[in-house]
Amino acid sequence: MTAVVAKQAFVRELLGRSDYAIIGEIVSPGARVLDLGCGEGELLHWLAANKNVDARGVEIAGEKVRRAIARGVSVFQGDIDEGLADYPDHAFDYVILSQTLQETRQPRRVLREMLRVGRRGIVAFPNFGHWRVRLSMLASGRAPRTKLFPYQWYDSPNIHFLTVEDFEALAALEGLTVERRYFLAGRRKVTLMPNLLAEVAVFLVSR
Amino acid sequence: MIVEASVVRFDSIALDSGAALAPVDVAYETYGQLNAARNNAILVLHAFSGDAHAAGISPETGKPGWWDNMIGPGKAFDTNKYFVISSNVLGGCRGTTGPASINPATGCPYGMSFPGITISDMVRLEKMLIDKLGIPRLLSVTGGSMGGMQALEWAVAYPDRVVSAIPIATTTRHSAQQIAFNEVGRQAIMADPDWNGGDYYGKQLPGRGLAVARMVGHITYMSDDSMREKFGRRLRGKENFGFDFDVDFEVESYLRYRGSQFVGRFDANSYLYITKAMDYFDLTNGQGSLAAALAPAQARFLVISFSSDWLYPSYQSQETVRALRARNCDVAYAELPSNYGHDSFLVDVAEQTELIRGFLANTLERAS
Repeated sequence: MTAVVAKQAFVRELLGRSDYAIIGEIVSPGARVLDLGCGEGELLHWLAANKNVDARGVEIAGEKVRRAIARGVSVFQGDIDEGLADYPDHAFDYVILSQTLQETRQPRRVLREMLRVGRRGIVAFPNFGHWRVRLSMLASGRAPRTKLFPYQWYDSPNIHFLTVEDFEALAALEGLTVERRYFLAGRRKVTLMPNLLAEVAVFLVSR
Repeated sequence: MIVEASVVRFDSIALDSGAALAPVDVAYETYGQLNAARNNAILVLHAFSGDAHAAGISPETGKPGWWDNMIGPGKAFDTNKYFVISSNVLGGCRGTTGPASINPATGCPYGMSFPGITISDMVRLEKMLIDKLGIPRLLSVTGGSMGGMQALEWAVAYPDRVVSAIPIATTTRHSAQQIAFNEVGRQAIMADPDWNGGDYYGKQLPGRGLAVARMVGHITYMSDDSMREKFGRRLRGKENFGFDFDVDFEVESYLRYRGSQFVGRFDANSYLYITKAMDYFDLTNGQGSLAAALAPAQARFLVISFSSDWLYPSYQSQETVRALRARNCDVAYAELPSNYGHDSFLVDVAEQTELIRGFLANTLERAS
């Protein structure tokens, strides 16, 4: 596996998140974008204002949906595990799953669906293979808790834990093309041993 | 803010039934100012028993409009920014031509000789009003319940005339349950001997039938929770049951009061005609998919439903949203938590206000 060689060692944060900065870089101006698990629509709002994209979102939490709509973002209140079936094929240029894949009940199906309704998928997720996670579990003998995975096992929204290698394997299994891959540790880009050193991975995939 | 209704008269209108109505009057009110670009107009469409008086204080009744909590300076439909139009529907009894109006051919009220009407007839008349007011495109069409049906119809019938639509607590077609409740209301009216085949103007009104119809209606507008909260099993002005079939419970008193009050302000024949129009409403006209029926729509949509609304349940709004998504339309949807049942869109407006304010501001920004 080859990591993309970073031109700069650091990324600027966007809305306080480095993965958003990467996504903001990837999405081309004027694109049709669907953000799955869009929260309060911050990213979509930014993309609409700065990249003139046609922005749509799906979010399950009612309060977040209300805040997103109140900021003028077209968000549908619903479950992404079920909610993509209505969209026609290739309705979007990009479908974004930002730190959401690990929260879905059927990640593989969601991945398939996102690449049906979108030409490209942008998947950002916290890397469960990061050394701190490994160390936490090894040292404590309990479900790991780190800055990236701060929850107790019983109240964590994360129900499917995956590593960088796991995603690469699933992408290969699904026959997806990984067009670009980005690995981040804080604001620093990771170039070596991303499965061990990356806190967050961002993949641009297509079928 | 004191507002007075205006009435505009048109020579005639062709109806879906094949009949025509000539002439036809439309009563309407406006709030706020139309801007120079004429792109800030919003048409607000009332529910079944509403009227043109949506906001402000009526000089006639001294009462606030039915959506006064939503329309005004700084409110969801901010009259400092938007020009809001509200008209009484075709078939109504509050200034727009309906069965209580005088038939020029006979000099007597139409009564049951009034032609059958549909939601799309109502919308056609509203379109004539909007043309008359010189508004090229409406920034938004909106309404709850039957008003939402009209908003959906607008988006499909006149796609180039609406930038956005906000259908609230509504459906693209009446379900068997919705038709059933309407039919109970109609039968209550027609079973009243004073109804007299619809010929009661200037005589004893079919008040008992109309009141019962309204009582049924009010039950469907509330929720089990809101009724328990509002009335429970409390007795009305007594310690013990009366054993005489007079009012025992608070809820009986409330329904009787609402029923009798309705008789004073609503025409029984309008009840029949308008409920039938709602029952006939089906955006697909019984053919093809809803997505196909929505194909002409170009507007962006904000669809709102309420968790405790069992008369127009969320699944109906979700059906609309799914069909719009299948057309890849720009649609936002939220189910708002509320205990007030179908009435929520009239009474529980804090969150609804937030959504609409943001949606409209964004829509106007894009349109400008």
